[in-house]
Amino acid sequence: MNKLQLITKGLIKDNPTFVLVLGMCPTLGTTTSAFNGMGMGLATLVVLTLSNIVISALARFIPDKVRIPSYIVIISAFVTIIQLLMQAFLPSLYETLGLFIPLIVVNCIVLGRAEAFANKNTVLDSACDGLGIGLGFTLSLTVIGLVREILGSGSAFGWNFLGGDAVLVFVLAPGAFLVLGLLMALFNRLTAQRR
Amino acid sequence: MTYVLILISAIFVNNIVLSQFLGICPFLGVSKKVNTAVGMSLAVTFVMALATCVTWLLQYYVLVPLNMVYMQTVTFILVIAGLVQMVEIILKKISPSLYQSLGIFLPLITTNCAVLGVALMVVQKQFTFGGDAHMLNMGESVVFAVASAIGFGLAISLFAAIREQLEISDVPKPFRGIPIALITAGIMALAFMGFSGMV
Repeated sequence: MNKLQLITKGLIKDNPTFVLVLGMCPTLGTTTSAFNGMGMGLATLVVLTLSNIVISALARFIPDKVRIPSYIVIISAFVTIIQLLMQAFLPSLYETLGLFIPLIVVNCIVLGRAEAFANKNTVLDSACDGLGIGLGFTLSLTVIGLVREILGSGSAFGWNFLGGDAVLVFVLAPGAFLVLGLLMALFNRLTAQRR
Repeated sequence: MTYVLILISAIFVNNIVLSQFLGICPFLGVSKKVNTAVGMSLAVTFVMALATCVTWLLQYYVLVPLNMVYMQTVTFILVIAGLVQMVEIILKKISPSLYQSLGIFLPLITTNCAVLGVALMVVQKQFTFGGDAHMLNMGESVVFAVASAIGFGLAISLFAAIREQLEISDVPKPFRGIPIALITAGIMALAFMGFSGMV
């Protein structure tokens, strides 16, 4: 697989949200608007790429028996860095995403890529893989957020075009489940036709 | 009175799965049969209470005095991972029968974000149970953790019962599996919204 394939596979073929169904908590919890979804996706992308790079570089030195705890320490170090940076430079986004920023540590996508890809591939490949899966995650979260924002508050990326008349339930908890379920079914339908 | 409010709030009003979106992975993954769902929620209750207890003590007696609150995420996840491992070893030694029924769920719990989520929530957020906004003390934190776990158990058990029925119903092809499960969960969340405003 060449580098470009590694980067683009996360968008459709190995899409972390719609195909692998990983990292559901932030997917449901932070997509109240397109901007919030994108913020969460980008934060995960950065952590995923950096942890993939470091884990693939260190994989030879980490004893097999303690590899999972070691990966968790590496990942949580990067999560802490992102957390502090966001708190300093994007305080309003940090407030809205709240608990879900530290919870990137237990996002199965990050640990999953470390275990399935980064510990047996080169640093450059792992970086591309992290970038690709991260981009797929960001794209999915942005789309879900956009749909929920349009339906739930009548706006897109903060641009309000309905003047406040909208179906509020879509930005509340039930709407997250419903929109994700419907989008996933749509995704299945579209990819089934292609195959 | 505070404890009753915490219980009602965490089980029904702010259900950890259906309104906070924590622990969705086991909620979708281990909910195909009612038996396994109940086993999972018992294991989660145990670990969550224990983990919150330990992380609360760590926060207020180690991290805050040493001015190292920024190490919160790293320490908490390590403590939880270690604790789960320890519980697994002890349970295997003391009660093999309980280990047989809960054992398979224990490794899964380390990456259950509900455990880390609750542990972080009780030391980060202020709550207003019965009075002014305040940080929870240790007793309240543990009750909150147990209540959250019961809420998780309630949601996952009800959901498993519905999914057992879904297995035998005729679902349109693109919806089979996770999509219809998510939509079911959405309708359950809608029902749980009826509790909002109670506390």
